[in-house]
Amino acid sequence: MRVALFITCVNDTLFPGTGKAVVSLLRRLDCDVDFPAAQTCCGQMHVNTGYRAEGVRLARHFTEVFAGYDAVVAPSGSCAAMVREQYPKLARPGSKGAAAIAEVAPKVYELSEFLIDVLKVDDVGAYFPHRVTYHPTCHSLRGLHLGDRPTRLLRHVRGLELVPLPGAEECCGFGGTFAVKNPAVSAAMGADKTRSIMDTGAEVLCAADNSCLMHIGGTLSRQKTGVRTMHLAEILASTEEAQ
Amino acid sequence: MSAREEILAKIGKAVAGAEDVEIPRDYRTTQQVEDLVGLFAERVDDYRAIVHVLPAAEVPAKIDELVAGRRMIRPGGEGWEDLNTADGVVTSCAVAVAETGTIVLDHGPGQGTRAQTLVPDYHLCVVRADQIVSCVPEAIARLDPARPLTWISGPSATSDIELNRVEGVHGPRTLEVIIST
Amino acid sequence: MSATFLGMPGSFPKNAEKAVQNSQLRYNLRKATHTIRGKRASVVGELPDWQELRAAGKAIKDHTLRNLDRYLVQMEEAVTRAGGTVHWARDAAEANRIVTDLVKATGETEVVKVKSMATQEIDLNQALAAEGITAYETDLAELIVQLGDDFPSHILVPAIHRNRSEIREIFLDKMPKVPENLTDDPPALAEAARLHLRERFLKSKVAISGANFMVAESGTLVVLESEGNGRMCLTLPQTLISVVGIEKLLPSWRDLEVFLQLLPRSSTGERMNPYTSMWTGAVEGQEFHLVLLDNGRTDVLADEVGRQALRCIRCSACLNVCPVYERAGGHAYGSVYPGPIGAILTPQLRGMGSDLDASLPYASSLCGACYEVCPVAIDIPEVLVDLRAKAPHAAAERAGMKVAGWIFNDHTRLAKAQRAAIRLRKLVPKRLPGPLSAWTDTRDIPDIPEESFRDWWERNERA
Repeated sequence: MRVALFITCVNDTLFPGTGKAVVSLLRRLDCDVDFPAAQTCCGQMHVNTGYRAEGVRLARHFTEVFAGYDAVVAPSGSCAAMVREQYPKLARPGSKGAAAIAEVAPKVYELSEFLIDVLKVDDVGAYFPHRVTYHPTCHSLRGLHLGDRPTRLLRHVRGLELVPLPGAEECCGFGGTFAVKNPAVSAAMGADKTRSIMDTGAEVLCAADNSCLMHIGGTLSRQKTGVRTMHLAEILASTEEAQ
Repeated sequence: MSAREEILAKIGKAVAGAEDVEIPRDYRTTQQVEDLVGLFAERVDDYRAIVHVLPAAEVPAKIDELVAGRRMIRPGGEGWEDLNTADGVVTSCAVAVAETGTIVLDHGPGQGTRAQTLVPDYHLCVVRADQIVSCVPEAIARLDPARPLTWISGPSATSDIELNRVEGVHGPRTLEVIIST
Repeated sequence: MSATFLGMPGSFPKNAEKAVQNSQLRYNLRKATHTIRGKRASVVGELPDWQELRAAGKAIKDHTLRNLDRYLVQMEEAVTRAGGTVHWARDAAEANRIVTDLVKATGETEVVKVKSMATQEIDLNQALAAEGITAYETDLAELIVQLGDDFPSHILVPAIHRNRSEIREIFLDKMPKVPENLTDDPPALAEAARLHLRERFLKSKVAISGANFMVAESGTLVVLESEGNGRMCLTLPQTLISVVGIEKLLPSWRDLEVFLQLLPRSSTGERMNPYTSMWTGAVEGQEFHLVLLDNGRTDVLADEVGRQALRCIRCSACLNVCPVYERAGGHAYGSVYPGPIGAILTPQLRGMGSDLDASLPYASSLCGACYEVCPVAIDIPEVLVDLRAKAPHAAAERAGMKVAGWIFNDHTRLAKAQRAAIRLRKLVPKRLPGPLSAWTDTRDIPDIPEESFRDWWERNERA
């Protein structure tokens, strides 16, 4: 299967380790992974901040870059939701852009969807002997409806103890530019989220979006809690040999 | 242009070219309930109303027992006349809804005026078993919008203090229901 | 007299910043919203056909809006036939004038009111006061707001920001003849309100209400409530005046079977609210006037994306699940419509001319919890994003977004920008300057890695 990795601009620039983890994980599962070099950003920041014209240009660029692949895998619920849920609203019905979106968007998967729905695996052979709690990010939960896919994968990781996060479904307060446009509310939401995380006694907070993890992790770090954040892909890529 | 004409014209312009929609009615319009009386009684009780289930023959005696010593308005019968000094009111109803524990008055014979079932602090309502329907759609189908309708689900209450339900504000603080079987 | 929101200064972020620091407010809001969230989830979960009811509710409203002109005329005919009088109001001033004239014609100087969003929206109480008419709010929460000379902060429970001890203080301070030994026990507070309003209900000659629904087919108006103050106002006075937004219409009697299930469960989290009154025209010798209110609704209707906000049935489920509302409180929105629905309704009804109104579409993290609970499936995040595209943007932000767009448009530019950032990585301060300081005030920034993913791939995989 010819799989394109859509790394996302945030991961590409700030969290390359997540991208490397996806590559090693997918290869372990016998996928032929390609990284189309022309890819940049899905345009979510622009569209969601009110800059639709720029966002539409980036959406057009995305559909050109990823046309022709069997599947496009993104280690981000938020960016995958942008393509699948929001792209169709950006193009005029019946236009060429709408046709391009209809062609590409359904092939875009968030990582856990791709593993469970396409590759049909829930045990990826990972080993991670730590106490972990999982935060379902809003766009993966209510946009993509990932349901229990990520936690099913985590439950099959050897050595991993998964502890439930109280109030898990509540937003962490990141929200893209919301975090700087409404800093007081964003910080208050982040503080409540970190309190819930601390209550679990977990060593590691896991999620399917590094953007949210950057916000929660930045708060955890500022408060010197000692709790680490890790993307789902990085835990799933961990093996006994690597430890 | 009058306000009426202007508003109607603006609407016409605003929706011109918009597509109309079909209304899907895939929700339940009736329900199979084995024990309608039991469900209704349970749901009324959930609102902290008082419920009695009795054979029809025993109902008159029960009413007499409950209203003894009270100045009761009895629509269609001999009772207390003055609204402001009445202790309570005894009525029948038009329909009752099991799923939601609701009584509906259409203020026909035996049901009093809207004020009579509101001002006194105690409302005793007699519901015949055959008046109980399973769910809201069945009730709507039985009712006539030309009549004034009062839907009652438990005693007067408020959720305005910390969003917790507290019984007893302006309407009758005690609702007692006799289900006649 | 409750205060008015019109012309309120500030912006949502500034208002919210103050609210977030008020720990009592945050405690009150958290407690109340979490209570109601649980109740709603439980009664919604009881209905296996909730999603089907929701789909029907959405479609009924969309169909009504598509044919609103026709149904309004039908409503007018039905009410008139049943002995009522119908008035049309283009805006707040016209509606206020109609109501004031109707009250004056009765010779009364006092009116009782049933809680109504429409009359709050048009500031009716102030307009009446200017003409020497006193309006008494009779809903408990409205009474608390009115006695406290306060702003409403929630659609269903305008005094949600007050806890029981604050309510007791207000009653002791402002309610004549209140018992001195009044406790903060909710039943005692409810009893105080009962005694306070009893006489007024019995002697009032004029009442003013809104309505939750109007049925075009029959001309019926529907009011849902809990306390019985609604029934008192709708039933006892000689003259009843109802001010209703034109979007409150339903085509057929049967449509109520959907909304009488959707609204109470979404709103107070009950299978059914204690009292629902339905009346058609003039009843039991009353005089009845219906004022149909536009006040910006037809403009909203003209917007293909934004018009879905007119489906709203004012249940406030979106407020109760919103993490932003829970922390910012209702006052921060500067409107009688707070929370997620307010963030899309207010800028559409009032425009985005003020800083406050222009900041409302951004008062959301786009988490989508509001859309999920909305009983008529208003895609609030979609409308927020659409309004953001129409909102005025600051010049510096516009320039920054333009540069970012230019970089993202070409991967070679992106790669160069990444390498430049990496070269400067050691120089990035712990606290960022300018608008980005909003990030580092409470959060650390992640370390910039030594190499971007694309350069790593290029180095390892392309060779």
